[in-house]
Amino acid sequence: MTWQGVAQIFVLLAAVAVLARVMGGYMFRVFEGGHTFLDPVLVPVERTVYRLCGMRADEEMRWTVYLRNLLIVNAVGFVLLFALLGLQQFLPLNPAHQPRVPFWVSVNTAVSFVTNTNWQVYAGETTLSYLSQIWLTVQQFVSPVTGICLFLVIARGFARHQTGTLGNFWHDFVRALLWVALPLAILGAIVLVALGSPQNFSAYVHATTLQGGHQLIAQGPVASMTSIMQLGDNGGGFFNMNAAQPYAGPNVVALVVQLLLGFAVPAGCIYLFGKMIGDVRQSWAFYAVMAIMFLAGALLLYHSEAVGNPIINHLGAAGQSNWVGKETRFGIGSTSLFENSTTAISWGSVAASNDSLTPLGGMVTLFNMMTGEVIFGSWGVGMVGMIAYAVLAVFLAGLMVGRTPEYLGKKIESFEVKMSVLAMIVPSFVILILAAISVLSGAGRAGIFNPGPHGLSEVLYAFSSGVGNNGSAFGGLNSASPWYSATVGLAMLLGRFPMYIPLVAMAGALARKQRIPVTAGTFPTHTPLFVGLLTGTVVVVGALLFFPALALGPLAEQFVMQAGHVF
Amino acid sequence: MTADPASGGRRPRRQSFWTSESVRQGLRQAFVKLDPRTLVRNPVMFVVEVGSAFTTADAVRYAVAGNLGQFSFVAQISLWLWLTVLFANFAEAMAEGRGEAHAQFLRQSRTETSARRQLPDGTVEVVGASDLRKGDIVLVSAGDVIPGDGDVIEGIAAVDESAITGESAPVIRESGGDRSAVTGGTRVISDSLKVQITASPGESFLDKMISLIESAKRQKTPNEIALALLLAGLTLIFLVVVITVAPFAAYSHATVSVTVLIALLVALAPTTIGGLLSAIGISGVNRLFERNVLALSGRAVEAAGDANVIMLDKTGTLTLGNRQATEFLPAVGVSQAVLAKAAELSSLADETPEGRSVVILAQTKYGLEESPSDADGMTFVPFTAETRMSGVDVDGRQIRKGAVDSVVEWCGQAPDTALREQVGRIAGSGGTPLLVAEPARILGVIHLKDVVKPGIREKLESLRQAGIRTVMVTGDNPVTAAAVAAEVGVDDFLAEATPERKMEYVKSMKAEGYMVAMVGDGTNDAPALASADVAVAMNTGTMAAREAGNMVDLDSQPTKLIEIVEVGKQILITRGALTTFSVTNDVAKYFAIIPAMFVVAYPGLNALNIMHLTSPQTAILSAIIFNALVIPALIPLALRGVRYRPASAAVILRKNLLIYGLGGLVVPFVGIKLIDLIVTALHLVSTVR
Repeated sequence: MTWQGVAQIFVLLAAVAVLARVMGGYMFRVFEGGHTFLDPVLVPVERTVYRLCGMRADEEMRWTVYLRNLLIVNAVGFVLLFALLGLQQFLPLNPAHQPRVPFWVSVNTAVSFVTNTNWQVYAGETTLSYLSQIWLTVQQFVSPVTGICLFLVIARGFARHQTGTLGNFWHDFVRALLWVALPLAILGAIVLVALGSPQNFSAYVHATTLQGGHQLIAQGPVASMTSIMQLGDNGGGFFNMNAAQPYAGPNVVALVVQLLLGFAVPAGCIYLFGKMIGDVRQSWAFYAVMAIMFLAGALLLYHSEAVGNPIINHLGAAGQSNWVGKETRFGIGSTSLFENSTTAISWGSVAASNDSLTPLGGMVTLFNMMTGEVIFGSWGVGMVGMIAYAVLAVFLAGLMVGRTPEYLGKKIESFEVKMSVLAMIVPSFVILILAAISVLSGAGRAGIFNPGPHGLSEVLYAFSSGVGNNGSAFGGLNSASPWYSATVGLAMLLGRFPMYIPLVAMAGALARKQRIPVTAGTFPTHTPLFVGLLTGTVVVVGALLFFPALALGPLAEQFVMQAGHVF
Repeated sequence: MTADPASGGRRPRRQSFWTSESVRQGLRQAFVKLDPRTLVRNPVMFVVEVGSAFTTADAVRYAVAGNLGQFSFVAQISLWLWLTVLFANFAEAMAEGRGEAHAQFLRQSRTETSARRQLPDGTVEVVGASDLRKGDIVLVSAGDVIPGDGDVIEGIAAVDESAITGESAPVIRESGGDRSAVTGGTRVISDSLKVQITASPGESFLDKMISLIESAKRQKTPNEIALALLLAGLTLIFLVVVITVAPFAAYSHATVSVTVLIALLVALAPTTIGGLLSAIGISGVNRLFERNVLALSGRAVEAAGDANVIMLDKTGTLTLGNRQATEFLPAVGVSQAVLAKAAELSSLADETPEGRSVVILAQTKYGLEESPSDADGMTFVPFTAETRMSGVDVDGRQIRKGAVDSVVEWCGQAPDTALREQVGRIAGSGGTPLLVAEPARILGVIHLKDVVKPGIREKLESLRQAGIRTVMVTGDNPVTAAAVAAEVGVDDFLAEATPERKMEYVKSMKAEGYMVAMVGDGTNDAPALASADVAVAMNTGTMAAREAGNMVDLDSQPTKLIEIVEVGKQILITRGALTTFSVTNDVAKYFAIIPAMFVVAYPGLNALNIMHLTSPQTAILSAIIFNALVIPALIPLALRGVRYRPASAAVILRKNLLIYGLGGLVVPFVGIKLIDLIVTALHLVSTVR
């Protein structure tokens, strides 16, 4: 480990704090009434959209109505995408003459891009037509914007009092698209083009290499797709190699830009939450929890990669660090940071092959996702997951101050507990049950490329990534097989809607409640003590749920490796 | 007068939990409660019982197969699993046992009596008490047991209520006013009453009390329901965690027996809090009962913990209730001694507390000799509402003391400027100035003051730190009220309080989201009581007030509201503390059991055996023994409640997180290690690694 490698983690976190403040303030003005510098351009566009689509954007909705509209938009997105993938050979914009996408792959891909997972079981440049890629890009806008809507409706449950309504879905959806997603994506694309990513609709280029071999160099709308892929925490890159591909990640600066793009909105949601409930101290407590967990993960990952594999070190080869599967242009420190970020903010874009991380390093990425993608997380839902943890933490420990637990002025009663327990049950059940069936069934075992504990890590990673709507892959798993296409698809779907719907219902109940005034008897939720409590809750809950699985996966592998044995 | 021995003597008060009789009873109930039909109400313990049944069957299988090594291990695990369930049942039984003793006592008072019912035409017939209906009018005289709850509509009598309050001193019950409620089962000692029955049989106060105490286990409070949901959710999650361990283990070529999986499940499930949850709730209601407060629902007890505004009556609660002389302020040209002597003389025959306090002040502070109160030649002039003064004529000298304007008029002289200022100062500070004068000569002023109860200021200060607003309710004018409020140290006051104003105040506080606790006695308090979240009715109060309240204070001490709030908080804290303890315990249990399960398949995993437990079998057995023993170890805490001292939430949280959160992480590491040492030393199970 070098001091520069460690310092860059702190620099990144500081930059994220600034981003949170700037983006959160901006988004507050966008969604909760206020003026932004883009209004002169976008307000007419917004009006036109409402008029053309016949949307009534000014009437308040109950949570059920809000949710219904949200689900309809996502269902329509799924059907369109599924049809497009199945029919791409008949449709225009297909210069490479890509054939139709296999059934399970289209199901998986459609779910993947609707749920903001962008788990890719295909290699983008060799499977999809430009039209398909473009439509995937549309979904890369729609799915994170859906996440923002989920966040807004849940945050309003805390921000509002004694009301049955939680805002208007069309208002939130259109504004998130016009004011947040589009401008930032355009900005990001321009920067990436400037840094060397291609942006065109040209056919792939045939090149003859120096050795006289032939190579097909894929190009296309790479910059724009990379921009929204990172901005929207999508991770569904243009290239199979994702950010490690020289066109998508031309240099370290481009990598940094992509990191910041990825953090922009999730971090902004932290501050936005505080603005909405009228107490930004709460935001900084959340930020602290996420930053502590991020820092711990990044340091552990960096450390275990820098120390590397004792067996290889013993052979005296390749220096000390674990360079396998890493992008040598970026180095160990940056790559480790990138991998920790990708699992933390749920964007799933990789600059290394996680399969080749050391077992402990791999466990960090796994744990980041198993805790429910709450370390910044993706647009909106990362914050929502953390709020759900806060509700549980407040309920567990809140009784200890001698009052009915209350969070942000709202009493946490049996309905709220039920809903947050449900939200916690979904991801853990999906990961554990699907992984258990996979290692039992022939179809599941057939897809595991590495035997032993490493294979178990691969399976756990696939479902954690799916249910966390992360989309990054550990690799080493035949994810395109019908078994994993179907089950990971199921995990993605369950991890998106069944996980957050209970929390929307909770918000509906919370909004109806009266606000309890803050007194000295109120459980304080902005103090360092609460930061410690919440961090502890996330870590302990995650550890309690997954300790046996992790013991047989990465931990077993690590200790076996130390004993001089690899898988 | 003493209590009638036939009425059952004193009610049991704070008794020791651990009498041999109660323990024997508890042990028997612990086995009775193994019935799965009752245990299913407690999902956590039900899962443990099902698990115990499985491992027992497993043990039998090994015994039949002749595999004695495995049999010994599995049988011991089964034994401790059964003990876990029994310990939890025992805790609940102990809590219920205490309630049952209270109910038994009350039931003695509910003997069948006959009643003399007066019909509308005036004739009287004798009927059984159970035939009485709401609205009936009955006659009771000295020696009779009052046949049912009701309001006195005619007469005044001394009533012995020791049957329900445990207090032997009789109380006065009379028609009209705020002392008109009588309770069925109490006994008239003197005179006679005409009572209108207000409750039909089975719905009386006594019936409610008995059924409440008996059924404390059946009603769950809102917080209890929410917590039970969380515990059930956790158990379900751990069930899935443990079930999925089997395929993961199979994939890893590790053999894990069903018994070990069940042991893991029981270790992870929140058995500590699951086993003690109902005991905590029941004992809370009992603790209130031991303080002579009867909560009509568990919900009310919990609401008391949540209360953040408490309304306290000034008189009797915050102040001693009678004004006392605190200083003599002489007029210009009059000495202290002259004024003190005059004040004393004028008050010698004044038997009111104020009058006596003047005499005491004169004698203690100004060192006057005690004067004969029945001296010849003294003519006492009593206080009347018309003259608004009292006094004495002695040796031809007339002395009067009283309200300032009345005395000025009588004396024909205005007080000097300095004295007028003093009078203004006294009135402004909430006190009462009494002018002392002779004809044509003002002697000075006596300062009468409402004396704050000792210790109340500190009590209110600690409540403030705990985030509870205290509101003083008084009939005084706003100026006086403000002065007393400042002296007592309340956060707010309600002056010139009328029933309507009280109710409005309660409602406005509730509209702001506060939870309001208050005490009331009179019929006109009923509307405010009904709208408050915690409404404590005085037992001496009217039936209307009692019905509007959700708690009854049998001692009729308004200060007790503060204790009630503290008991409410204690219950919640105890639940939260044990839940946190229970969940954080799991970390250590994982470190004991997981390496033990997989060390054969992956010897490297012994690195996770950070407690260095002897062998897989000792590790698992030790974890299960710890898990079982922690329940009886915590029974006293569950029954007594975690100690509560008013402080801010931040302070309480820090302290309790340290004790029960961090303690919950650390204690089992130590406990399991110690048990492992014992298990190893005794060779209870295989110590082969």
